[in-house]
Amino acid sequence: MMNFEYTIEQKEIREMAMKFARNEMMTVATEFDLSGEFPKSLFEKAWSHGLINTCIPEEYGGVGFSAVDSVIISECLSYGCMGMNSSIMSNDLALLPIVIGGTHEQKEKFLRPFTESYKIASFCLTEPGNGSDAAGIKTTIKKDGDDFIVNGEKMWITNAGFADLFILYGTSDPSLKHKGITTIIIDPKTEGIVIGKSEKKMGHRCSDTRGITFNNVRVPKENIIGKVGDGWAIAMKTLDHSRPLVAASALGGAQCALDHSVNYAKERVQFNTAIANHQAIQFMISNMVIKVEASRLLVTKAAWLLDKGESNTKVASSAKAFAADACMEICTDAVQIYGGYGYSVEYPVEKLMRDAKLIQIYEGTSQIQRIVIAKEIFSRS
Amino acid sequence: MNIFVCIKQVPDTETKVTPNSDGTYIETSSIKWIMNPYDEYAVEQALLHKAANTGSTITVVRVGAVKDTEVLRTALAMGVDEAILVDAPDNLDSYQTAKAIKGAIEKSGKTADLILTGKQAIDDDCLQVPQLLAQLMELPSISVVVGFEGTGSDLTLRREVEGGAIEVYKTSGPCVVACNKGLNSPRYASLPGIMKAKKKPLAIHSLTDIGVNQDDVRVKYSNFVLPPEKPAGKKFEAMEEGQQAAVVAEVVGLLRTEAKVL
Amino acid sequence: MANVLVFTETQGEHVKSVTLEILGKLAGHNVDVACVGSLSDIATADLAKYGAGNIHSLTGDKLDKYSPEGYSNALHGFIADKSYDYVFAGSTSLAKDLMPRLAGTFNAGMASEVINFAFEGDNFHGTRPLFAGKCLAKVELVGPKPHFVTVRPNALGLPKSPTAGAGTKALVAVSAGEITAVIQEIIKGASEKLDLTEANIIVSGGRAMKNEDNFKILHEMADVLGATVGASRAAVDSGYAAHSMQVGQTGKTVSPTLYIACGISGAIQHLAGMRTSKVIVAINTDPDAPIFTKADYGIVGDLFQIVPILTQEFKKLLN
Repeated sequence: MMNFEYTIEQKEIREMAMKFARNEMMTVATEFDLSGEFPKSLFEKAWSHGLINTCIPEEYGGVGFSAVDSVIISECLSYGCMGMNSSIMSNDLALLPIVIGGTHEQKEKFLRPFTESYKIASFCLTEPGNGSDAAGIKTTIKKDGDDFIVNGEKMWITNAGFADLFILYGTSDPSLKHKGITTIIIDPKTEGIVIGKSEKKMGHRCSDTRGITFNNVRVPKENIIGKVGDGWAIAMKTLDHSRPLVAASALGGAQCALDHSVNYAKERVQFNTAIANHQAIQFMISNMVIKVEASRLLVTKAAWLLDKGESNTKVASSAKAFAADACMEICTDAVQIYGGYGYSVEYPVEKLMRDAKLIQIYEGTSQIQRIVIAKEIFSRS
Repeated sequence: MNIFVCIKQVPDTETKVTPNSDGTYIETSSIKWIMNPYDEYAVEQALLHKAANTGSTITVVRVGAVKDTEVLRTALAMGVDEAILVDAPDNLDSYQTAKAIKGAIEKSGKTADLILTGKQAIDDDCLQVPQLLAQLMELPSISVVVGFEGTGSDLTLRREVEGGAIEVYKTSGPCVVACNKGLNSPRYASLPGIMKAKKKPLAIHSLTDIGVNQDDVRVKYSNFVLPPEKPAGKKFEAMEEGQQAAVVAEVVGLLRTEAKVL
Repeated sequence: MANVLVFTETQGEHVKSVTLEILGKLAGHNVDVACVGSLSDIATADLAKYGAGNIHSLTGDKLDKYSPEGYSNALHGFIADKSYDYVFAGSTSLAKDLMPRLAGTFNAGMASEVINFAFEGDNFHGTRPLFAGKCLAKVELVGPKPHFVTVRPNALGLPKSPTAGAGTKALVAVSAGEITAVIQEIIKGASEKLDLTEANIIVSGGRAMKNEDNFKILHEMADVLGATVGASRAAVDSGYAAHSMQVGQTGKTVSPTLYIACGISGAIQHLAGMRTSKVIVAINTDPDAPIFTKADYGIVGDLFQIVPILTQEFKKLLN
């Protein structure tokens, strides 16, 4: 029989991660949103409970989570705060290329330290002139003796100001387009790296976001993942793993907005009755429930296909696009249900609405996901 | 040393509780269950005491329905070594529960050097089991404990009583300690802990296995009902400074003349 | 007619008033009273007035300070000689600790925290809240006697015209037996006031108190009313108040005559802990706060403005 049930461990993971989200994250989410401060000590606590770096395999010191386990954790932490979860999830996005394409030596050298103390990794792909058109990136990685020299500019890099490790995508030759893309591991303390100021953002305000300039940055050749020109293939495989995680973060935000809305609708009285008794509100809530349930099925299936070792590109992009759009719609409706209070920073839902928007944009916009899906349908038949 | 921790599975404090159709207990089908909050302090204290007394093992005991073992597994994931479950209805009375715990401890073959419990379960709110268990096992018990110091079985325990006063007890030898909120900060079950928990031993006994039967029933419950709803109260608007004195005077007047409580 | 023993505790010259509530409710039965230590004349007179037959003062070594083992051994020895059907006590912090152990010495059953009771012939049945008052149930006792019952303070109320008893005083020598867990010292609490669970009036503060210092205005009102100050879980978790002050499902369940909730929104777990209060006054700026659904008198206003005015009004009224 088909089985939709989580395993006992997965239920416990969920329980624990939700407890952490409620007690440790939700209680301070507003405070950090207002100050824009990076909640490093909270992240250290999350790390000590095994909630960070879920992608690291057991043989390199990780807990040994399945992809389904990882999306459960991402959903729960995002329920606590979408912005904090961005910074938490960023480690996985950055480390996945090493997990997927790295040698045993690279994994020992670069992954294991992340299991021994709390460390931060940044994923450096986007550039000032290239976002969705990732194959058009301009940052160069040129061979120079036993080293490589990196030159270029990166933009919107999550955790950049705190990172212990950069994973950078560059090109050996921009004219080769995606065939020139190469992935390299860089120590942020290397000479020639200039880290920009923290960007002021609409949402995810406690997540650190910066531009980085690389001026003749010398990196040893052992830091190349795979070979020169393997970068595009590694990036595509990485996305199959990261999209379900990002989709799960949208799901977490959506579930949070839904729960707030239900509670508020039961308490708020208008026309002498709780607004939950008005059909207009009931329909909005019902639509939220439909979208949350559908998101969860897509997210879980995308992760489940990965665990089975099957191609998940189409489902993962569907999950990312659907869950991100659903999260935006649900958070917007949550503000509507709260009415005037929803627009006030005294109540939690306006922050959710601001945070939700980014998930439609980063890690492949909702439009790019649709291009990926279309490609899966038309180019593969 | 052998540390035992007794835990109970209870409805979440946020859960709405409704009587079942024949009024013999509550409707349990749609309830979210959690570890009794006070028991979390007992588990944490056991883990702290184990860390300070090398070579100790912690066994967690739960008396309750076998259908899910979640709270026991949570305790294992927090770091407890072994678990014992006594399969029993969720509404067993305190005497049967205490006798079942005693039976389970005896059946484990270990001599208990320390038994930790929560100060009360938040479902039946009886506050009986720790003291009863201690009496049945002929051990001292200290309840409502907010301070725990010492090594091995030489303990200084602070019991909270009326008005926030503290009684300080000294014990040397096995005893039952019932823990209150504020004793410590219970840790989360870590994710690696959750993955390891499935490999830890979990023994299940029936009530008959450990010698508890119908003759041990002491308390009978019936007629579960919701408390009567209060009639709607009176509400006064006093956001404006000009209204406040009059409103307060009116409320105080009503407290005296209508409610007759002053 | 049942033979009943009521265990009492003193507070200064007086017995705790829950004892008198129990005595009043037991009118018509053979009721004795026992306490550990001596009783003042005032206490004896009160007990007699509310129906006590024999009043036993238990004395012996190692009983000057409470210990669960010492008190339990002493009372067991005393009760075993008599033929009591029931032993009652108020659900005070001492009795909550002692009574289960004492019941255990007889392998007997105990009904905790009843809020009402009656007898059919000689058979007790009581009503008690479960799930922090979210449900009520009927409780009956079976098995070996005596049966034990603790009664929540302020639940029964004092009878208007009590039936007096003989009030015959007797000193009884008892043995505390072996005490393994020994009390070293007793550290006085910050408040000399009645514990929340026994308080007749409670003034409680919530998250809206904003900080610990602001509780001062609640203490001022409490002093005027002779009330005890409580707090919501939100206030305790935010560090504004000690956990011993917490009212609610994971704090104390209370049923005072008057409960004044200041800046408490009324989360379900708080309501569960105080809903059995006789009269509830709520002060909150949010007119939709759930606390108002339970309040007899709700004031929509800022507690920092309302509380001082209220304190002045109470002062005027009570002086």
